[in-house]
Amino acid sequence: MKNNSDTQPRQLKDDLKMNYGPNKKFVAICAGTGCRAYGSLKVKEALEVELKKQNMNVDVIATGCLGFCEKGPMVVIHPDKYFYQSVKVADVPEIVSKTVAKGEVISRLLYRHPDTKKTMFREEDMPFYKKQLRVVFGSNGMIDPTKIDDYLVINGYQALGKVLSEMTPEGVINEVKKAGLRGRGGGGFHTAVKWEGVRKAAGEPKYVIANGDEGDPGAYMDRSLMEGNPHSIIEGMIIGGYAVGAHEGYIYVRNEYPLAVTHLNIAIEAAREAGLLGKNILGTDFSFDIHINKGAGAFVCGESSALFASIEGRAGEPRAKYVHAVEKGLWDKPTVLNNVETWANVPLIINRGADWYSSIGTEGSKGTKIFSLVGKIRNTGLIEVPMGTTLYEIIYDMGGGITNGRKFKAVQTGGPSGGCIPESLLDIPVDFDKLYEVGSMMGSGGMIVMDDKSCMVDVARYFLAFLKEESCGKCVPCREGVRRMSDILEDICAGKGTEGDIDLLEDMSKAIADGSLCALGGSAPNPVLSTIKYFREEYEAHIKDHRCPAGVCKALITYSIDPERCTGCGLCIKVCPTQATSGEKKKAHTIDNNKCTRCGACIESCKFEAINVK
Amino acid sequence: MTKASSIAATTKKIVKKHGGGKSAMIAVLQDIQETFNYLPKEALKAAAQAMKVPFTRVYEAATFYTAFSLKPRGKNIVKICTGTACHVRGASTLQDKFERSLCIKPGEMTPDGQFSLETVNCVGACALGPVVVINTEYHGQVTMAKVDKIIDKIKQEGAQ
Amino acid sequence: MVNLTVDGKNISAPKGTMLLEAIRGAGIAIPTLCAHEAVSRSGACRLCVVEIKKGNRTRIVTSCLYAAEDGLIVETKSQRVQNVRRLVMELLLARCPESEVLQKMAKEMSVEVQPRFVADSDKGKCVLCRSCVRVCEEVVGVSAIGLFSRGSQKTVGTPYNEKSDVCIGCGACVYVCPTGHIEMTSTGDKRKIWGRTFRMQTCDKCGKYFAPVDQLKFISKKTGVPMSELTVCTECR
Repeated sequence: MKNNSDTQPRQLKDDLKMNYGPNKKFVAICAGTGCRAYGSLKVKEALEVELKKQNMNVDVIATGCLGFCEKGPMVVIHPDKYFYQSVKVADVPEIVSKTVAKGEVISRLLYRHPDTKKTMFREEDMPFYKKQLRVVFGSNGMIDPTKIDDYLVINGYQALGKVLSEMTPEGVINEVKKAGLRGRGGGGFHTAVKWEGVRKAAGEPKYVIANGDEGDPGAYMDRSLMEGNPHSIIEGMIIGGYAVGAHEGYIYVRNEYPLAVTHLNIAIEAAREAGLLGKNILGTDFSFDIHINKGAGAFVCGESSALFASIEGRAGEPRAKYVHAVEKGLWDKPTVLNNVETWANVPLIINRGADWYSSIGTEGSKGTKIFSLVGKIRNTGLIEVPMGTTLYEIIYDMGGGITNGRKFKAVQTGGPSGGCIPESLLDIPVDFDKLYEVGSMMGSGGMIVMDDKSCMVDVARYFLAFLKEESCGKCVPCREGVRRMSDILEDICAGKGTEGDIDLLEDMSKAIADGSLCALGGSAPNPVLSTIKYFREEYEAHIKDHRCPAGVCKALITYSIDPERCTGCGLCIKVCPTQATSGEKKKAHTIDNNKCTRCGACIESCKFEAINVK
Repeated sequence: MTKASSIAATTKKIVKKHGGGKSAMIAVLQDIQETFNYLPKEALKAAAQAMKVPFTRVYEAATFYTAFSLKPRGKNIVKICTGTACHVRGASTLQDKFERSLCIKPGEMTPDGQFSLETVNCVGACALGPVVVINTEYHGQVTMAKVDKIIDKIKQEGAQ
Repeated sequence: MVNLTVDGKNISAPKGTMLLEAIRGAGIAIPTLCAHEAVSRSGACRLCVVEIKKGNRTRIVTSCLYAAEDGLIVETKSQRVQNVRRLVMELLLARCPESEVLQKMAKEMSVEVQPRFVADSDKGKCVLCRSCVRVCEEVVGVSAIGLFSRGSQKTVGTPYNEKSDVCIGCGACVYVCPTGHIEMTSTGDKRKIWGRTFRMQTCDKCGKYFAPVDQLKFISKKTGVPMSELTVCTECR
């Protein structure tokens, strides 16, 4: 029954290692969605052509996302691990003839520290990567996500082998419990407790589901995991299925992630062929298979009961959760719903042990978390850090600080359910409980950095507008309440705010948080409350003085041309859609504020920074 | 075969491909949209019949999910990412520019059927913001100056 | 039986009873809008919320869907509960300014119009309680109407707003609607509802028009009872 189940993956790996030794020479190029948009596939093609031309038998591997999205396309030459960034097709011949052939480094392609100007050869030297602990995400750089062999080489499916040959379902749950794994999707619920609930619940069949809906705008960690290492999720789910007694799994992937769907499909097919999915996995009597369901553009489907409704073929409306999903979930059967990143942590815990895992992180939050660091930050990308790392370290040490030399204002975490954290709180260690304490939450891991040119009232307005669009419309507090809050914020940003609006927003917030049917409405007030808490003076400027201090809200700002800087080149006149700018050649131009719509076209085109916003 | 009956026949095949059951509703609707570039009424009616669900339920799903369009869409679908990271980098001014250049608002199609404009809540390419996805191509760090160039290039490619 | 405390009063109820019934059974009033005895519960209006305490944890739940438990402590008039109810009424008053039913409820609950909410003019009297959709699906079984789109765009109606092929003109939806939003007009031998005109059947005995022909045909098909036995109105049976 259990013969071969742990030796099979190991045997496969050993066979493959003959071809993939640690000193093997190969070229890795990041082929995540982000780098593809930068043209990395063209660079890959150019590399393959050039290597052939120079008669070198060196593999080029299109890997999953490497995380340093700011500097794509990224090329890493192994075994030296020289890390090249912003690589263009024109750089390829030199890369091949110098670095691949002779191990010589091309310094213009290396990362250059913006302040010290030092160049750095490898990932581990770069400030972006130095403090990271890439135990989950790091594998992306070592594999072609469309090749199961690559995953096997890096110990893929060893955990599954161990589980099926040496561990009982209860044993697996205990190990996850000891590790202290908490959900990475936003809820932070103790994973083992969920699994135990489903194991004990009555009802067949049971289900395990991976939530790959990742609806928080600005968060793309799950996308990069699904694209870059789909097998890690599959392996986690099979182990989870074994632990709770489920034989069917679903991966719910957001509609906007076509590459993730493709890679997951390829991985599932390959796993089936290798006897790792389907009937009698690895020769045991445990059977398990996975289906993929695509979302269709509904943020609310990231909520568990709405997600179930979607898989069941209905509109994604949540239902009141007085009976938990662990007892009545998908088709009213016991269901484990975990985030994609949570699943990817499972093989790690089994392979390296709960003791190792729980040694990372803080008292209440074990392990690492992947964050997407985006917005007005120099080093945009995906980072993986131990829980307990401070926001300051993330934003300044890894993120490199604010772009364009501007000043930090706030970091928004937790997506539309979260809040904004001001400069005074940057020393807080990032963990589930600490973020709640300051009025935000970890959420799925999006971190949007804002500078002094970001208007916090506009941020609240933006999130409420988003939630208004995404509300399913079932319950009154969310459908009507969020809409009314959104209307009030639109008024405030348009200069139509009235005295008493802030108090009204706070009042409504309590009732909406309490009265809503699900967490979409329940946490909708958070962006408003946290911005009022830390940036009240901005609200007051908008309402009382009809002023937008950050210069964002169109109705409250005026554009004017600085006559000292303007050279009269006429570019702004060309691009203005309302003919608001005028002036003679070589003479300072002016803007007619009655016609100006503050579209920003002139600011973008002016090479002399002559346009002021007030 | 009339157009309506051909749409119905194609739809029946799609439903069959997904196992015929009503839980495949979303996948069926996605395939219908993939085939016809929108969800024609005849297809929805045929799907309801084939999956043995009330037409009302199919219409509920079709109108709930914003990925679906009940109106014909243009040959080139321009999706502007309005996720937070792109918003902070000026996605809304970019959207205004697209609206001016194409003379349509999100959800609409140009009279010549060449372009449809949509907004999408985060495509997960935040480092490149502001991002615009046109058909399957991702355009990063789009500025207002680039917009007309992008549109013209697509018009040229279409004419070939 | 389970024993629980409501507003300080000890009450008991059979296991499986929803808090709404348990509380009303004890003589305490709870407002509702979307609960109707004919259909399943949806928990959409949120008016029936109560504050419950279990161990150390307090929660706001809708009493229509929460089953009574042993040892539960329930408050039906706490500040949090009153805030939710008040906001729901203010929001509904703004959504359906013409609804007399809502105005009456608001008066009874001492809730006034919130002037900061600009009144809608395109929602009629529909509060999206979905009782009509549920009765058509669960009781009548034709699913002629549904709830389309989402968020504040959500509306009740027939697909494409066109007259429905499957509607039988029975008027069950009108009957369960709490605000009288659904229009049904009867003139002579015609009944008009959801954009479709139905021919009415006369009673064999008293000659009055009592039900659409299509409804009787539907019942005949569903039950196997021949039409000839159905053409008598309920009063004359």
